[in-house]
Amino acid sequence: MSPNSQQDQVSSLSSKTAASVHTLPEHIFEIVSDSGEGAQKCGQSFGAVSAKMGNGAWTVEIIPAEIQPPPRSPGGASGVRIRIGTEKITNWGNQTKLVIAFNEQVLLARHRQGAIADDATILLEEMWESHQDPKVREQWAEALVELSSKNYHIVKVPMEVECLKIVDNPRKGKNMFALGLMSWIYMRDVEKVKAQIAMQFRHKSQDVYERNVRLLEAGMTWAAEHMSFQINVPCLEVTEDLVVMNGNTALAMGAVVAGLELCSMYPITPATSVSHYLSEIYDDLGGIVHQAEDEIAAIGVAIGASFAGKVAFTVTSGPGMALKTEFIGLAVMTETPLVIVDVQRGGPSTGLPTKVEQSDLLSTLYGMPGDSPKVIMAPSTLEECFHCMVTARRIAEAFRMVVVVLTDANLATGVQPFVRPVLDAGWHAPEIDLSPLPEGSRPMDWDLETGLSPRIVPGQKGGEFTATGLAHDQNSCVTYDPAMNQLSSEMRSRKLAVLQSTLSPPHICGPDSNDLLLIGWGSTRGAIEEAAAIARAKGLGVSSVNLTFLSPMEPGITEIFKRFKQVMAIEINYSDDPNAPYINEENRRRGQLTTLLRAITLVDVDCWTRVLGQPLSPGDIVDVIEKKLSAEVKA
Amino acid sequence: MSSPCSLLECGSTDDRHFEMDDYAGKIARWCPGCGDHAILAAVHRLLAIEQLKPEKTVFVSGIGCSSRFPHYVETYGFHGIHGRALPIATGVKLARPDLDVFVTMGDGDCTSIGAGHWIHAIRYNIDMTVLLLDNNIYGLTKKQTSPTTPQGFKTNTQTKGSFLPPLNPLQTTLGVTNASFVAQTADWMPSHLAATLQAAKAHKGFSFVRILQRCPVFTPDIFAAAIKDPQVTDVLSHPDGIQDANTDKIYKSQVFHNPGDIHEARRLAEGDRVRVGLFFRDESFPRYEELRQVTKRTPEEKMAFINAELDRHAV
Ligand SMILES: Cc1ncc(C[n+]2csc(CCOP(=O)(O)OP(=O)(O)O)c2C)c(N)n1
Ligand SMILES: [Mg+2]
Repeated sequence: MSPNSQQDQVSSLSSKTAASVHTLPEHIFEIVSDSGEGAQKCGQSFGAVSAKMGNGAWTVEIIPAEIQPPPRSPGGASGVRIRIGTEKITNWGNQTKLVIAFNEQVLLARHRQGAIADDATILLEEMWESHQDPKVREQWAEALVELSSKNYHIVKVPMEVECLKIVDNPRKGKNMFALGLMSWIYMRDVEKVKAQIAMQFRHKSQDVYERNVRLLEAGMTWAAEHMSFQINVPCLEVTEDLVVMNGNTALAMGAVVAGLELCSMYPITPATSVSHYLSEIYDDLGGIVHQAEDEIAAIGVAIGASFAGKVAFTVTSGPGMALKTEFIGLAVMTETPLVIVDVQRGGPSTGLPTKVEQSDLLSTLYGMPGDSPKVIMAPSTLEECFHCMVTARRIAEAFRMVVVVLTDANLATGVQPFVRPVLDAGWHAPEIDLSPLPEGSRPMDWDLETGLSPRIVPGQKGGEFTATGLAHDQNSCVTYDPAMNQLSSEMRSRKLAVLQSTLSPPHICGPDSNDLLLIGWGSTRGAIEEAAAIARAKGLGVSSVNLTFLSPMEPGITEIFKRFKQVMAIEINYSDDPNAPYINEENRRRGQLTTLLRAITLVDVDCWTRVLGQPLSPGDIVDVIEKKLSAEVKA
Repeated sequence: MSSPCSLLECGSTDDRHFEMDDYAGKIARWCPGCGDHAILAAVHRLLAIEQLKPEKTVFVSGIGCSSRFPHYVETYGFHGIHGRALPIATGVKLARPDLDVFVTMGDGDCTSIGAGHWIHAIRYNIDMTVLLLDNNIYGLTKKQTSPTTPQGFKTNTQTKGSFLPPLNPLQTTLGVTNASFVAQTADWMPSHLAATLQAAKAHKGFSFVRILQRCPVFTPDIFAAAIKDPQVTDVLSHPDGIQDANTDKIYKSQVFHNPGDIHEARRLAEGDRVRVGLFFRDESFPRYEELRQVTKRTPEEKMAFINAELDRHAV
């Protein structure tokens, strides 16, 4: 699709006669409420329905800035942005063109963040305008003045009044009414919406389902009677089997088909929902979710299980990773296979617990004592969230290594359709081999070329050994022999180079050589590729590369860089602005991938990074590209 | 995660017989006179008495002098990191309930850096034999105060004497939900030590044995009185307790204690007097690895299940 190309005339529509239908290649809209009013559920359901109808879709949760925000406060804005398109959607886009807001304060939050397009249509709950509390009425009036700085087209909706006709507590029903509004405006297939509601309330009574359907229908009816337009984002006929879910669910399913049977974890946002979903299904699948007493115990249990023959995994986020570091070193040293999922959030410290960041790359790679080579992978789509678990498990076992999967809050909660995985029983971990071992079998029997060695597990006669985090020889006997420490360090490290020799060079999106190469990793891929495509359409010489493997990196990067005049990494982590006070070429702290790339390739890789706690928008990246290339022309 | 099918064992003629020596691993490198030697010998003896298969036995430890233990036993072992033996052991047992798991920890290992894991491992009540080798000091790192160091005892970190009264590991253990086997013994009471280890191994659940352990280098006198004079040690006796005629011959101060009585157990655990024997045992508590037992599924069954899940999420 050519993004941003559509001219949305929605707000210029005149008052209602017959609703006019606007056919557009894509549309972005948001639903925002106080937290607890269900806007997130509603938005995610809508995204799933759209995907199931055959639209491209991408959802991003809007998460309150506070934990127990007072009602009707900008800090409490909670909801979802949904971007749907005729073709595949890979990121959350730029500004929203339509908003459904449950009060004017949460709307203000989005307005102040610049999230709303100047000509957007806003469906706003009207009850506050005539509220009995004069302070509320005053806030409403002030808000409308503030909002009038833009050309928003505001439609007042009596949500509360309409919902009260059906339920006693509209706080619990408004989101379904809103789903009805959206379903009418976007011409959704009502049966699919109802099926989604049925799935959402599958653990509840038929009564609950029916009440929600009545709310949905009320919303649709109101919209049909009062709205002057509908938006038709045509669906392509679905030619492949697709599934739609969020990244954490995909990860959990991937863990099952990979044959991982123990998820040992400690709750931490935004990783926890992997374990929520697994807890629902794992028992029936011969698996265990073990909620340990802390993150240290969680990884310890996983290491113990893996040592005993079952490759286990642990899921966490930044602060949990910090606690696990000593144990990660032990797994590296004892060559115990292990999969760790780090769903990255904003840091340092407790940081932005619910928001996206890509700041754990260097700490994962280097953030522990001693040399501890490990594999790092970063899925960039929800489909990759599913499949990476199979790859991670396989590498962990074949190489006897720790494999860290770095996802982020954006992938964790984002909903997107993707090609349905064709499951293969061959993905599953092999049975534990408990056959006796020949005399002289050694637990660390390194192949001196590759560093690889077969794993011995308890139960194998003749294999008895003590795994140890102390320096050791091929028999796992403690030794402080200088040459042995040199050799064992080499052996543990060599495995990364061997793994790299099995990888292909990264795919270049766009021409093979060009003026500018953008490079990124993880969830930013969609926004970067879309931005590069827009820039190319404007005649700029931009290509892009996404790295799935960060350690070892995919091969051939230096050679690729040589074919571009400039290279720039785009990341969601902190870097100094080169023009900020005191900052110069020497002291400038750069993005995390940027830093690695400069060290590896000796190329002067520049970076543009942001830590706004939100995904990158393609429009911002286009601006960066234009600036970068015009600066070059000037120079 | 269930154990490999027991049918595998049927008809196999494993007629191996193991002597104590068969369990001897590397040569123990503890100081001469260290109580750990006596404990190691008792453990070798236990393994021979129980005829545990070396390949199906795992010794897990943390870091400390006492945590060198797994290297000195010819079974599988995992010499972990300081304070974290119990999570590793938990993982081993969750993955492989068919394995016999032993844990050895020092007092710093268990009651200081690993205290959180200790509390929770008691509550999980996983079937494992857990030995706290308590020399009242940090041995490996050379004489720093441990939580069990007596108040006033001079160490390298509290040179004028340790500030606080010591933490009592028995009381602590007895205070935790699901504590199911709590005993105390001493390295210098070989016969009692052996009988206690056997009872601990026989218990189905988390068997916690605190072993008073001499450190001839850093705490040579801490247990001197008890070693010299059998009268200062109370032996808990009961038909359901630790039965050992040799002990009874020497240790005349006997306290009749029913190990089913948790309140009396807690009372006896208090105070400065050295008491050995079985404080508490209850076989009725659920074991975590049993609560979490799941039926093994084939890869094909799992693929079918996930396919059904994908149907639910299908477009
Ligand atoms: C994370 C960590 N902190 C500190 C140490 C240093 N250290 C090693 S053993 C030990 C204490 C040993 O005392 P104890 O657990 O009582 O065992 P003992 O040597 O007395 O048998 C300490 C502090 C370490 N290895 N790891
Ligand atoms: Mg000690």
